[in-house]
Amino acid sequence: MIQYVVRRVLVSIPVFLGILFITFALARLIPGDPCRAALGERATDRVCDAFIERFGLNKPIPVQFAIYLRDVARGDLGDSLRQGRPVTQILVERLPVTIELALTAMLFATTVGVPLGIISARRRNSAADVATMIGANLGVSTPVFVLGLLLEFLFAVLLKDTFLWLPPSGRLDSGVLVISLAEAWHLESWTGLPAAVLEFFSRLYLLNGLLTGNSKLFLDTLRHLILPAIAVGTIPLAIIARMTRSSMLEVLHLDYIRAARAKGVPMRGVLFRHGLRNALLPVATVIGLSLGGLLSGAVLTETVFNLAGIGRTLFESITARDYTVVQAFTLAVAIIYVMVNLLVDLVYVFLDPRIRLK
Amino acid sequence: MATLAPAAQRATGPWREPLRRLRRNRSAWTGGGILLFLTAVALTAPLVAPFDPTQPLIGLEDVKKRASPCIHWLGCPADQPQHLMGTDGNVRDLFSRVLYGARLSLVIGLSTVSFAIVLGTALGLVAGYIGGWPDVVIMRFMDVLLAFPSLLLAIAIVTVLGPGLINALIAIGIVSIPVYARVIRASVLSTKEMDFVAASRALGASHIRLMLSRILPNALTPLVVQGTLGIATAILDAAALSFLGLGAQHPTPEWGLMVGQEYKNIFNAPHLTFFPGFALILTVLSFNLLGDGLRDALDPRLAGRGSTLRT
Repeated sequence: MIQYVVRRVLVSIPVFLGILFITFALARLIPGDPCRAALGERATDRVCDAFIERFGLNKPIPVQFAIYLRDVARGDLGDSLRQGRPVTQILVERLPVTIELALTAMLFATTVGVPLGIISARRRNSAADVATMIGANLGVSTPVFVLGLLLEFLFAVLLKDTFLWLPPSGRLDSGVLVISLAEAWHLESWTGLPAAVLEFFSRLYLLNGLLTGNSKLFLDTLRHLILPAIAVGTIPLAIIARMTRSSMLEVLHLDYIRAARAKGVPMRGVLFRHGLRNALLPVATVIGLSLGGLLSGAVLTETVFNLAGIGRTLFESITARDYTVVQAFTLAVAIIYVMVNLLVDLVYVFLDPRIRLK
Repeated sequence: MATLAPAAQRATGPWREPLRRLRRNRSAWTGGGILLFLTAVALTAPLVAPFDPTQPLIGLEDVKKRASPCIHWLGCPADQPQHLMGTDGNVRDLFSRVLYGARLSLVIGLSTVSFAIVLGTALGLVAGYIGGWPDVVIMRFMDVLLAFPSLLLAIAIVTVLGPGLINALIAIGIVSIPVYARVIRASVLSTKEMDFVAASRALGASHIRLMLSRILPNALTPLVVQGTLGIATAILDAAALSFLGLGAQHPTPEWGLMVGQEYKNIFNAPHLTFFPGFALILTVLSFNLLGDGLRDALDPRLAGRGSTLRT
């Protein structure tokens, strides 16, 4: 097992190098002057020379790439050209927003999608099945931003003044206090990486609310998360429902299911104990693959719902030519993506012992 | 050659069975029907549209910006100018803009996917047929492209090329290449060792001939299915780029851009989001349904599988 994990990680290395190269190249290829983009059109040549010198932008491109690789290996992602502060700090602030959104969306997609798929497969061609499949088709066909706006209109405008009202934007109501974990646990003396990690977890507001017993923070975050999570989770939900249905149907035709039925196992038992476990294999893959869609969807959802997550930050940094932020964030996204796929492969092995770790 | 497939022995041809299945497929019919309607809308837009889609109506008639829909037939006073879907923030007739948007979306979908299919097929053919290091290099590069969420990569490419509809289409085309390259490569790998290919080779067929007229036709089925579903994805991505301001530029009547320019007014003028939004949903839905139907008909082994995995 460990050997397998190690080899899988090693195999990812060329892909990582490719990712590093592409992010670096793309950032350099973005036309326009990073200095004037960061400091404004009226920055003088002298100021700009100093700026370019400071960020090493006057060195030959291969040298810049080498320096970039060295810094990444050291865990130093550089300073933001625009904000002048370490990119890692920006990552620690923005990454939790998207992670919280993505996990909530995935939770929603799985807990709703898998049961829908099972019901559809169990009662094939019933009204419930047809409705689910029509819904799934509509789900994969609705642009994330349109769905987000429709939800916003429904819950924030039409249902205004009812208890179903949900906030249309932001992460928290003003006035809700966030106490960082460092403060709550009296760990302010921590510095460096541990402090950054602690700060990162503090900014996962749901987790923070749970850990510090701050129910107000937890509930308010949850209320703000519902609409964006549905918006971004609907496409994965539709795909998961269809995948569960078709793989369940496939499994239910197999001989061992008939054998179990013949033996007298009730349908419910066959469905959950025998069928589901095998049917979930392809579903696990789909869940992993959906992550890319979630992160893409995050740019749009974060725009619609006014959230400062990685999608939004990346988009803004690209248009503002903030090279270092673009590199670091694309790198983070790609790493998350590759890691999740690795995780999915491992889950696969866990779900299906027949898969030998070649 | 004693083991001919039963289907090939029948005189009715290999297309009879799939066509029969296609005719009976409800989702293909629905998708095809919607698509036909949209094509008709796109073709007749200049005849049907009551106004110029890019011309503000200021000074031409007495109508406010972001006016709600006014339909005489539904009781809107006759002295007010009729706008079936209201007007937008620049006092243009939204109905005309939505109609013209159909042209753009269909062209966007078809052109990006054609671009991606041509390049993806070429790469997949070469990788699968030649094998060895070209295969490794090409497919590793495809892996790297796939390691980025497609929309984020498209955003980055557009930023390099500069915002604009054509550049957005190129970006979406590039981002979708890996899917087709993989599909083709997989088919090539499974066909190239078959006896009929070996027979052709023994008869002296050139590599190009083997690739294009022996191997490629056998890979067409998954390509057609993937391509139809790919059009849906391409339209979604193009609309997303335009929504973010990186695709079609003002005053082009593109649905994503129309939503992007007005979404902040959702609270006072929701019609400006709804109509282009629903038009988008309808178009993407038609290609998804058609793609599913085609898959069920052409490749019964895959019947009922989930939709495209990449979103």
